[in-house]
Amino acid sequence: MVDISRRRLLQSGGAAGLLLMPGAPRAEPAWNGPAPEPGASIRVLRWKQFIQAEYDSFVVNTKKFTDQTGVKVRIEAESWDDIRPKSAVAANVGAGPDIIMGTLDDPFKFKDKLLDLTDLAEYIGAKSGGWYPVARKYGMDGKRWIALPQGASGGCMNYRISAMRAAGFDEFPKDTAGYLKLCQGLKKTGKPPGFALGHATGDANGWAQWCLWAFGGKTVDDNNNVALDSPETVAALEYAKQLYATYIDGVLSWLDPSNNKAFLADQISLTLNGVSIYTVAKNSPDPALKAIAADMDHANMPIGPVGKPSEQQNILNTYAYKYSKYPNAVREYLRFMWDKPQVDYWETQSNGYVAPPLPAWNDNPVWTADPKVTPFRDVLKYALDDGYSGSLGNASAATMGDFVVVDMFAEACTGDKTPKAAAHDAAERVKRYYSA
Amino acid sequence: MASVTPAQRAARLAPARPSLALRLLDNRNILGLLMIAPAAAILLVFLAYPLGLGFWLGMTDASIGQAGRFVGFDNFVSLAHDRIFWLSVFNTTLYTVVASVLKFGLGLYLALLLNRRLPMKSLIRAVVLLPFVTPTVLSAIAFWWIYDPQFSIISWTLIKLGLMHQYIDFLGQPWNARWSVIAANVWRGIPFVAITLLAGLQTISPSLYEAATLDGAGPWQRFRFVTLPMLSPIIAVVMTFSVLLTFTDFQLIYAITRGGPMNATHLMATLSFQRAITGGRLGEGAAIADSMVPFLLGAILFSYFGLQRRRWQQGSRD
Repeated sequence: MVDISRRRLLQSGGAAGLLLMPGAPRAEPAWNGPAPEPGASIRVLRWKQFIQAEYDSFVVNTKKFTDQTGVKVRIEAESWDDIRPKSAVAANVGAGPDIIMGTLDDPFKFKDKLLDLTDLAEYIGAKSGGWYPVARKYGMDGKRWIALPQGASGGCMNYRISAMRAAGFDEFPKDTAGYLKLCQGLKKTGKPPGFALGHATGDANGWAQWCLWAFGGKTVDDNNNVALDSPETVAALEYAKQLYATYIDGVLSWLDPSNNKAFLADQISLTLNGVSIYTVAKNSPDPALKAIAADMDHANMPIGPVGKPSEQQNILNTYAYKYSKYPNAVREYLRFMWDKPQVDYWETQSNGYVAPPLPAWNDNPVWTADPKVTPFRDVLKYALDDGYSGSLGNASAATMGDFVVVDMFAEACTGDKTPKAAAHDAAERVKRYYSA
Repeated sequence: MASVTPAQRAARLAPARPSLALRLLDNRNILGLLMIAPAAAILLVFLAYPLGLGFWLGMTDASIGQAGRFVGFDNFVSLAHDRIFWLSVFNTTLYTVVASVLKFGLGLYLALLLNRRLPMKSLIRAVVLLPFVTPTVLSAIAFWWIYDPQFSIISWTLIKLGLMHQYIDFLGQPWNARWSVIAANVWRGIPFVAITLLAGLQTISPSLYEAATLDGAGPWQRFRFVTLPMLSPIIAVVMTFSVLLTFTDFQLIYAITRGGPMNATHLMATLSFQRAITGGRLGEGAAIADSMVPFLLGAILFSYFGLQRRRWQQGSRD
C-alpha cells in the first residue's frame, strides 16, 4: 500500500488547483534536458582571466558541478586573441575542446559544426526575462541558437576625476561635442588622453568602431552591401582627427596593454579600458596606485549625432562542438554555469568583471556596492554588434581581424590620407571580404 | 651405399648462397636508399607535404573551419589589386635588403676583429653569439620595451643627459617603425654572420698574408686581394641563409608591432598570418605565403649558380 498522508495529498491537490486557476503565478520554466552521460569528461577552453579572482571563482563553480553530477571538467585558459584561430582549427579538424568560451563572431565562422543550443538558450531567457537584443544577435543564427552569450568584458571610459575638473567639467560629458572639449581641456592641463591606434585588437577597435557608428557610419548596411564610403564616415574621421590632436604621443604603436601601463603610470588621464585598471590600482599595496584608484572613475561612452548609444564591446560568446562525445554533459554544464546562483557568486568574486547578457541579472549587488563599477553593468544595453549593420559571419570577422576600420582611422588621424581618401580605400578593403 | 658425386660434394662444400633479401641489402644502391629513407620520410611529411598543401590552399577559397573550392589563380589576382599586399612586398624587400647589407658589413667587421689576437677569446665569442641564441620572442619583447613611446630606456637616458626634451616615437611613425625593427633584426642577426665568417677567416692560410706583405701590400690591399676572394664561398653560403631567414622573419615583427603602424611594418609572413589565422581566410593567407617563393627561389638560384663558378669556389679566375 502506498504511504500517502492525507496532508500530502491535499497539498499537492491544492497546488495543482492553484496552477490551473486563471491569474495564477506562472510556473518556472522546466528544464527537461537529458542527464549527463555516465563517465563523462569534458574539456573547456576559456579566455584567459584578466583578474585572478574571476578565474578562481569560475573554478569553484565548476568543482561544484563536478561534485553534483560526477562529470569531470578540465579547464584550460588562453589569451582570447589566440582562442579565435584555435576554435576554427578545432572546427576544421573535428577534434579539440568540447566547449569554447570565446569572443564575438567566432561561432559564426563555422556554425554548422556547433551544437544546437536553442532549447538551453530559450530556457535561460525564459527564466530571466529575456536576453539583450545584441546578445540575441550574437547567439542566434536565424531561428536557432549556436552560442550562449556569456556577457561582455566591458569597456568604459576610464578617467581621472581631478584632471576632468581641471579641464572644466564637473561630470563626464554625455555627447561627442562635449567629449571633444574635454579632451582638448585635458591636453591643455598636461594630462592628455590616450587611445590606441596600433593593431591593438581590443582597445583600438573599441574606440574606432564607437566613433564610426556614433556619426552614423558603418562598414555594411542591412543587406551586407559595403557602405563605408559615406559622408557619415568622413564626419567620424574628421572628428577623430581632432581627438587625435589631443592624444599623447605614440598611440599609433600602442598594443592592448599599452594604455594600462600609461594610465597606471600617471601619463594619461583618459582612456578606454575594462575594469582591470581600477581593480589593479585599488588592490595594489603601492600608495601611488591607491591614490589613482581613489581619483578615477568610469563613464559610458558619449552619444554621437546619430542619437543613440553605439559602443563596441568585447562580447564573450560560448559555444560547443558537434564532435563532442558527451553533448548531454556539455548542455548540463552550461545550464549549471549560467544558473543565477553560480553567476552571482562568480560576478561578486570578480568585482563585476563581466557585464551580464540578460537585464534580469543586473540585480547583483556587486554592481552598486562600488558606484565606480556601475557603468560596466549596462554595456550590453549600449553595444552594437560587429559588422553592424550587416550579419555576423566570416566577412565581419575577417574585416575586424584585418584592422580595416582601425587602419582607416589611423590614416585619417595622422594626415597620411585625407578622410575622404581613407574612407574610400577602407571601403575597397571591405569589399574584398564581403564580395566573396 | 650411394656414392656422392663430385658435383654433390662440391655443392656441400661450397658456402650456401645468401637469400634474396641479404643480397639486396648488400647492393650499394639499395642500401643507400634505405639509409636515407628515415630522413627522407621526415622531410617529405614535415616539409614537402606542407609546402604542397600550402600551394594547394593558395588556389582555393578555404577558410578556417570550411574546406574550400578550387578557384585557380583568383586569390593571386585579388592580391594583385590589394594595396596592403604590395605594401608588404615593399616592406619585406626593404627590410631584407637593408638588414642583410648591414648584417654583412657589421658581421664581417666583427669577424675581422675577433680574428686577431684577443685575451679570453672563447668567452668573447660565446658572448658575441648570445643575441642569436636568445629566443627571438624574448629579445623582441625586450625591444618592445626599449622602443616604448612612454617608457623607453633610450629616450630616458637621452633626456637625463640633456640631449633631448621629449620621448622618441620609435614605433608610432611608419618610417621610424621600419628603421626600429630593422635595427632589432640586425642586432639579432649579426652573430650568425660574424661567427660563420670567422670560421672562414681561420681557414685562410697565413702564408698568403705573409706573401702579400712581402710584396708590399697594405692592410686594405691584403683585405681586398687575399681575404675577400678566399672568403667568397663562405660569404655566398652565409648570406644566402641570412637573406632567407630575414625575408621570412615573423616573430620580431609580430611581437613588436603586429604589422602596424598602418601596416608599415607588415612583412609578407605577418600579413599572411593576419589574413589566414586572425582573419580566418586560409586561402588568401596561403596565397600570400606562396608569393614569397619566387623571391626565395631567386635568392637560392643566385647563390647556387654563383657557387658553380670557380671564382667563388676557389677565389681564382675561371
